[in-house]
Amino acid sequence: MSFDDWALAVHVLSAFAYVGGIVLFWVLIVAVRRVDTPEGTLRMEPIVKVGNAAVGIGATGTIVIGIYLAFALDSYAIWNGWIIAAIVLWAISAELGRRTGAAYMRGMEKAKELDAARTPDANEELLALNRTSAGVFLHALTSLAVLLILLDMIFKPGAP
Amino acid sequence: MLFSIAHTHGQDFALFLHVLGAMILVGGLLTAASSLALARGDVKFLRLGYFSLLAVALPGWLLMRIDAEWIASKEGWTAKGAPTPTWLGIGFVLADAGGLILLISLITGGIGVRRLRAGKGTGLLKATLALSIVLLAAYIVAVWAMAGKPN
Repeated sequence: MSFDDWALAVHVLSAFAYVGGIVLFWVLIVAVRRVDTPEGTLRMEPIVKVGNAAVGIGATGTIVIGIYLAFALDSYAIWNGWIIAAIVLWAISAELGRRTGAAYMRGMEKAKELDAARTPDANEELLALNRTSAGVFLHALTSLAVLLILLDMIFKPGAP
Repeated sequence: MLFSIAHTHGQDFALFLHVLGAMILVGGLLTAASSLALARGDVKFLRLGYFSLLAVALPGWLLMRIDAEWIASKEGWTAKGAPTPTWLGIGFVLADAGGLILLISLITGGIGVRRLRAGKGTGLLKATLALSIVLLAAYIVAVWAMAGKPN
């Protein structure tokens, strides 16, 4: 395998980490909808960290190695329409992902606040924050953007 | 760039479904392994881990495997005497062996969840965790083989 073959393999593995993290967050989004206690919410934090690591490594790996490959491989150029589309979609998905995280962190912060105040009982406000419809909507948009990147990478519209 | 796998444009849709299935499978395994490993005996997280395998990883595996067969059939790789590239051989072996391990982990985990309801130990779910980690490692190798195409 050449260096570029390895780079391509790591690029694809990064894409798997990115989507894997997004799938993990979908499971957590469903699971947290029933959680109304500070302890239950805070118990999710270690798994959230795994998801954050997967998304962070995946997103960074795809864009960095993807751009390298666009310059390294003769058959592709950075100004190809489908590559520009992928970069734009990547930037959109990254921003949407950041906003999704912020929406769900409100629940986590509320849980920490309740925990610090030693109020371990079920809390309506915490439940409402954990069930944020804005968060679900933003994560759906993030997933859609990533799905479009995948379609773009496979179909390569406009590529020779 | 990404997925410049040897395929004709007619295979694009099948390839899309195959890759999507594989990504869902990896996501389900990552979620299951994380939930089971970080559960620290919490029944909710042990159940979450098991149901991630059942409701996410299994459908992902089915989508990935069915589309792999579809692509292989269209490309003529399943015909008698057709040469099998190394990367394809690795992919098929890991997909099928992984499917078997996934099935075993689902059965083990299912019994483990039933035992949890009865207030018994979490030993079987620990076995499910170990199998999930093995599967995750195997599919990382499979993705590497599919993307890097050794030989």
